[in-house]
Amino acid sequence: MSILIKNGLVIDPANKLEKQVDLLIENGKISKIGTGIKKKAKKEIDARGKIVAPGFVDMHTHLREPGREDSETILTGMKAAVSGGFTTITAMPNTEPACDGQSQVRFLLERAKEIGLSNLLPIGTITKARKGKELSEMGELKNAGCLAVSDDGSSVEETSLMRRALEYSSMLDLLIISHCEDKALASDGVMREGYISTVLGLRPIPSEAESIIVERDVQLAENSGAKLHIAHISAAKSIEIVKEAKKRGVKITAEVTPHHIALTDEAVRTFDTNTKVNPPLATKKDVKALREALKNGTIDAIATDHAPHPGNEKEKEFDHAPFGMIGLESALSVLVETLVDGKILTWTELIEKLTINPCRILKYDRGTLSEGAVADVVLIDPKKEWVYSKDVIKSKSKNSPFIGKTMKSKVTNVIIAGKLIAEGL
Amino acid sequence: MSNVSIGLKRTKDKSMKKNHVGKWTKKHLLGIEELTPEEINLILDQAEGFKEILRRAIPKVPTLRGKTIVNLFCENSTRTKSSFELAAKRLSADTLNVSAETSSFSKGETLRDTARNIEAMKIDMIIMRHGCAGAPHFLTKCVDAAVINAGDGAHEHPTQALLDAFTIREKAGSIKGLKVSIIGDIAHSRVARSNIWALTKLEAEVTVCGPKTLMPAEIEKMGVKVTYSLEDALKDADVANVLRIQLERQKTSFFPSIREYVNTFGISSEILKKYAKKDLIIMHPGPINLGVELNQDVADSEYSVILDQVTNGMAVRMAVLFLLSQVKKGSK
Repeated sequence: MSILIKNGLVIDPANKLEKQVDLLIENGKISKIGTGIKKKAKKEIDARGKIVAPGFVDMHTHLREPGREDSETILTGMKAAVSGGFTTITAMPNTEPACDGQSQVRFLLERAKEIGLSNLLPIGTITKARKGKELSEMGELKNAGCLAVSDDGSSVEETSLMRRALEYSSMLDLLIISHCEDKALASDGVMREGYISTVLGLRPIPSEAESIIVERDVQLAENSGAKLHIAHISAAKSIEIVKEAKKRGVKITAEVTPHHIALTDEAVRTFDTNTKVNPPLATKKDVKALREALKNGTIDAIATDHAPHPGNEKEKEFDHAPFGMIGLESALSVLVETLVDGKILTWTELIEKLTINPCRILKYDRGTLSEGAVADVVLIDPKKEWVYSKDVIKSKSKNSPFIGKTMKSKVTNVIIAGKLIAEGL
Repeated sequence: MSNVSIGLKRTKDKSMKKNHVGKWTKKHLLGIEELTPEEINLILDQAEGFKEILRRAIPKVPTLRGKTIVNLFCENSTRTKSSFELAAKRLSADTLNVSAETSSFSKGETLRDTARNIEAMKIDMIIMRHGCAGAPHFLTKCVDAAVINAGDGAHEHPTQALLDAFTIREKAGSIKGLKVSIIGDIAHSRVARSNIWALTKLEAEVTVCGPKTLMPAEIEKMGVKVTYSLEDALKDADVANVLRIQLERQKTSFFPSIREYVNTFGISSEILKKYAKKDLIIMHPGPINLGVELNQDVADSEYSVILDQVTNGMAVRMAVLFLLSQVKKGSK
């Protein structure tokens, strides 16, 4: 199968390319980029007015399978991913059972192969059963195909164990993705501490609940030389710590979610349980710092933290609803509105944080349109307006505060390893 | 005698409608934050009329005859529940009490299902007390009935603030310019929040006082002064609204001991003699931990208007039930 994409604005941040050129895909790879490619292809796509970019790579996805197939399955998660332009997603290991051994990793990879939609990168746990007591068999996890380990959903509470986890993982050159949350400090809080939590009388989570653990993990990683990635960073104080650590040469990277960039704690005012996320939506001051950190590179990547929960679990009192919102299908539009239209990032910078940067962090050989690279490609219609409604959402769960919103810009075509997976989206 | 009182009642009811009903448009009463000063005054003015009715030999009017009002109490309450129930009965509404202990919550039924089942019995209004902030807001999304918030977690307790404002206005003549101190556990108090909104909207100068560990973040942005000194809070104050200290807070170390709390923030007649103005008004939403935040002699002293608050609570709740019942069905 060969595909020729003509006249699109090709944006490939890895090669600093932003130009109206043609792109030819042959045998699953990018075979040629240039103006006026004449070669006859089996399929020709006219991409005039569209952006041609590497497929997005989400380094933080919850697929819920195995264990909670009522909220999401690998299949529905992949459909949602394709619809949102993510050609690669991860499987965070907080499933039931947790992904803490090669049998679980193999199950995920096998299911992904059977489904044959997006690429799937399993993330293993740091500790057995994600219980925070003993290290999981990281060597085996790595050999089975994990590019990183994480106890996402909670921090490794015991500092001595986290120290050993970082030492051990650094020996394997395996990335640790840290969910930073001081559990005792966050306590039974449900939203970020600030004026809004005071007015609403909702139990507050102070931002130090995150930044204290960021500081702890940075110091531990510095000591062992481990590679540390901070998941869903949300506090200005955490950003300062990461910035300083980067200056000192600590091997640290960070991601932020679209919802932490686009929304503030003001969104909680409606008591919409879809605004209940962990870490909680941040204050205006924090959000400003997050946006600046994306611009100046302190934050490397954008990841969705797609966290499906079925309606009956979210249709509850705010205190009783679970944390999390879905994000795969709304991510691009939300980011374009906030960052590109908001004049914070250029299209190239935005795409960089959705493609090559997460790939570099994960050491994953995708995220670029270099000649010879695996052809994971998306076409974006930057002007397309559409309504993000429950009917269009492919994810099994519909827990999003953006439902009903008119969105601008949409991924229209998705190519994975040279195969046209979707068009006319 | 009875003929005269019926005649009076009729003219009074008519005049109430003429004066006020047109201005009230809200379907629900969820909090004070979203009310305008005019709306607050409207309720207080309306309540004056109802207080007059409560003084009669037969303190009952047919205003809400045929309406069904549900008291859905998912958290313990004696005062507020009785007050709402009696207010509804004084207006001739049919009332139904549903409490968390006897309802199906214990069987795992959700609030949404419980509320929808209650509504299927063709009711007009739900008065809800709930331990979770925002629960009444959620309830409005589940049912078509009008919802009155009778206290949601640490968020709001609008009728308490209204009856407090009513009592202050009754005792001091006007609220504007008065110095009101709210003393105690501000962080966990819905009474504090609703009072702050009501009093600042009516242009009182509000100070909050309590241990720093029980002071929520950035509360000064609500338009209040913050002090950690009881002397500061009492000096020059026209009103001291003293909040109940929940004794279990000590277990989570919000303060070192009840003893230390009493020594630092407890109000006794000696303290009042030392710091307070002679005409200070002492309020408390009840129930009081006697000997903790307030001494018995203070609660029973001429400073105290605590029992007036309870009486006024009835009148204010009648006013709220009446005003909400006049809003057309299907409105927002």
